[in-house]
Amino acid sequence: MSEQIQNQEGEVSALVSTYGHDVETLGHWRLMWMKFLRQKLAVASGIVIILLYMVALFADFLAPFDPQKAVPKLTYAPPQSIHFFVEDENGESHFQLHVNAYKVTIDKAALRRVFTIDEDKIIPLKLFVEGADYKLFGFIPSNIHLIGPANPNDPFFLLGADRIGRDGFSRVLHGTRVSMSIGLIGVAVALFLGMLLGGLSGYYGGVTDMVIQRAIEVLSSIPTIPLWMGLAAAIPLTWSPLHVYFIITLIVSLLGWTSLAREVRGRFMALKTDAFVTSAILDGSSELRVIFRHMMPSLTSHIIATLTLAIPAMIIAETSLSFLGIGLKPPVVSWGVLLQDSQNVRAVAQAPWLLAWPGGAIVLAVLAFNFLGDGLRDAADPYSH
Amino acid sequence: MSDQQTNPVISIKNLSVDFALRRGPFRAVSDVSFDLYPGKTLCLVGESGSGKTVTGRALMQIISKPGVIVEGSISLVKPDGATVDIAQLDPRGKEIREFRGGDIAMIFQEPMSSMSPVHTIGSQIIEAILQHSKMSKAEARTRTIELLASVDISEPELAIDRYPFEYSGGMLQRAMIAMALSAEPRILIADEPTTALDVTTQAEILDLVKRLQVEHGMAVLLITHDMGIVAEVADEVVVMRHGKIVEHRSVDDMFHDPQHAYTKQLLASTMKLEAGAANAAKAVDDKAKPILSVRNLSKFYGTEKNGVQAVDDVSFDLLPGKTLGIVGESGSGKTTLGRLILRIVEPTTGAVSYRDRDGQDVDVIGLNKKRLRDFHADVRLIFQDPYASLNPRMTVREIIGDPLLVNGRLRGEALKDKVTELLDLVGLEPEVMERYPHAFSGGQRQRIGIARALSLEPRVIIADEATSALDVSIRSQILDLLLDLQKRLNLSFVFISHDISVVRYFCDDVLVMHYGKLVESGTAEQICTDPQQAYTKSLISAVPNPDPRNKRMMHRTRFDVTAN
Repeated sequence: MSEQIQNQEGEVSALVSTYGHDVETLGHWRLMWMKFLRQKLAVASGIVIILLYMVALFADFLAPFDPQKAVPKLTYAPPQSIHFFVEDENGESHFQLHVNAYKVTIDKAALRRVFTIDEDKIIPLKLFVEGADYKLFGFIPSNIHLIGPANPNDPFFLLGADRIGRDGFSRVLHGTRVSMSIGLIGVAVALFLGMLLGGLSGYYGGVTDMVIQRAIEVLSSIPTIPLWMGLAAAIPLTWSPLHVYFIITLIVSLLGWTSLAREVRGRFMALKTDAFVTSAILDGSSELRVIFRHMMPSLTSHIIATLTLAIPAMIIAETSLSFLGIGLKPPVVSWGVLLQDSQNVRAVAQAPWLLAWPGGAIVLAVLAFNFLGDGLRDAADPYSH
Repeated sequence: MSDQQTNPVISIKNLSVDFALRRGPFRAVSDVSFDLYPGKTLCLVGESGSGKTVTGRALMQIISKPGVIVEGSISLVKPDGATVDIAQLDPRGKEIREFRGGDIAMIFQEPMSSMSPVHTIGSQIIEAILQHSKMSKAEARTRTIELLASVDISEPELAIDRYPFEYSGGMLQRAMIAMALSAEPRILIADEPTTALDVTTQAEILDLVKRLQVEHGMAVLLITHDMGIVAEVADEVVVMRHGKIVEHRSVDDMFHDPQHAYTKQLLASTMKLEAGAANAAKAVDDKAKPILSVRNLSKFYGTEKNGVQAVDDVSFDLLPGKTLGIVGESGSGKTTLGRLILRIVEPTTGAVSYRDRDGQDVDVIGLNKKRLRDFHADVRLIFQDPYASLNPRMTVREIIGDPLLVNGRLRGEALKDKVTELLDLVGLEPEVMERYPHAFSGGQRQRIGIARALSLEPRVIIADEATSALDVSIRSQILDLLLDLQKRLNLSFVFISHDISVVRYFCDDVLVMHYGKLVESGTAEQICTDPQQAYTKSLISAVPNPDPRNKRMMHRTRFDVTAN
């Protein structure tokens, strides 16, 4: 006992030494934030995630083209790179954003077009260029794009073009929107159910606990992918693909709350015997007050961390299911749907950018969420070292 | 110090240990020097955070990160007369391992966590033996049985194949000692070896260490916070504070002629408790009706075949304005008893009757949820652990004000004023109101806990080991605070404790519990000076006496459980 106390005496001085003397009046959230800020990787990941959501929000503006706009004669056109200076006839170079145009030849043996970069012909680019119409946030009509060819019909494929000549860059940006957001609803449902049922199970114990835990065991024994396939087959064909996916996510998250519920239950059981909870009961607090005022605040930080780790799982799920063709389907644009195009080995050999960019985006997002989640989990307990 | 003509086995010179923290180095041990002599015991005394444990660990270079020895030498004299400076050795090197557990052995505070739970006691000791000698496994096993026998473990041939969970705390500490002795060390470092044990077990372990020390001529470095233990076993005493040595004397000089103000203060806090009967002059009408009376209270855990009678048929009365102490060792059911009265745990049988403000007797066991809440407002609990009992996510104002808020008594400015008043009552400044519990030391946190208990203007307070987690000087401060509050607010206390000296200082009447049963009851003075029952006698005589000229433990009464 006194060893433990000594450690905790040490803890006060360690807190002071870590956070400075204001530590006395700093609340838990401030301590957590300060500890979080010390983890550079997690902070960087947090910034990446914010940027990804900004991209999702402003995809229409950032993307040069409508993601559905196809240029059939430029199928599998390779990526172009941006150049800044052009030489005029006098040999003087001056600033002009541009990409080089394609030279198209037909490979008669392979029966396909071969693109080479035409050094002589440039396609001038403009910032804040007028292009395809869109509605920002769904309601502000606009046609301004951050960057694009001065002539909207010129080719400008930063990340190459796909099977029917759509711009890979615009499609990856638009895919961010669906991929980064569709999991959130599922996670929110799982969170609500997990906290509620896990909390009940841990707080009351006994028969309640018994029933909820057995239900969790049954649910977690159901294999997910066959269930998805079955559901995908059962849903009416007349529904829009996004709608279908939304419903399926919802159903899967009805199964996905179990791990969170177990965690919450364990924490509740541990907390229930803590002296400060007993003390709150003796102070006359009602059960609801004990749960929400005294026990939940000790859990919130951990729950945030768990959530952050649940989102990448959802992103991966969306990707794999879309890739298998049972999640989202075209014309919806998501990273998983974009990867569908690279199912074909010949397509990958001919146009590796189809695999690299959406795949890279997924890896980036998932890693960033995982690092952030780890950082949050460590920061969630500011009293540890 | 005439009897120290022999040379020291190890001498520590100007030892300093730094902990590298983010805001620069923190000096945990500063310029510490002392010698250990064969066959002698040096006690390192200090309160928590004084650097005594770090000093002990430095001798074996097992300081936990980020601590490093920055200055000084630790010269170990080898049997052949050569010396080695341990401070210069690489903490992860090969040479240091030869001394660790070889020449220098250590026993720790928590025997339960110092043994691996998945290996038998025997296999762990055998492993330690094989580390330091070239015996065969069979020889090591024979040696282990000898060692277990030498630390008074009965039936060592069977005990060797048992797992740690099959041992009691005292037996485990014996096994730890056997392990420490396996390489026949010349220096034994014992870091609070008995703090986690009951007084009677503590006395046995200290006896054992003394006996082995005499047999093997070991030098013992005993790290402790208990002045009583120091008086009982030490030859020399080093008092540490804030990482520095404040006094280094022979034990007799130390107790009878302390020089340093801090040593005097430390002794005064100990002696004050020893003096006892702080509230003898309390005028209480003995004919008053009891405010709380407990009749035949029992609690049985488990099934009929395999169960524990945690509390067995306990009855007592608490008179208004009085303090009733409940004493017992771990497992005696004293904490459960406190919880039964408050119905945190429901009793199996028995009755609790509370006399409320209107003089009506209330049957506590039969109360419904709502009425029980009223009872909880009048009868409050103070917890043992001042760290776990305060919600870390709430400010002091919220913690102290919460009972008033949830009972709908006060809110807003009035609540704030009341919290200020309560903080003042327990001796804290009102400015601390917006701080979080982590900003306070143990004693301050316990004051906050007391303020919370007082917020509903209770009549009875059940204090469950309320001072046992605190340092001795803080302990007497908290006890004085409680006594003062008792007078001012006319409180009655049920004071649950394992610490006899605290009970003697603080209580009017005492109940002694053993295995759930009430063994003896009487006034505090009578129980402490003239116990009647065999168990009480052994309990009282096992308490270390902080006077090296009058060692109580050595002449203690032993109590055999099986004989009873």
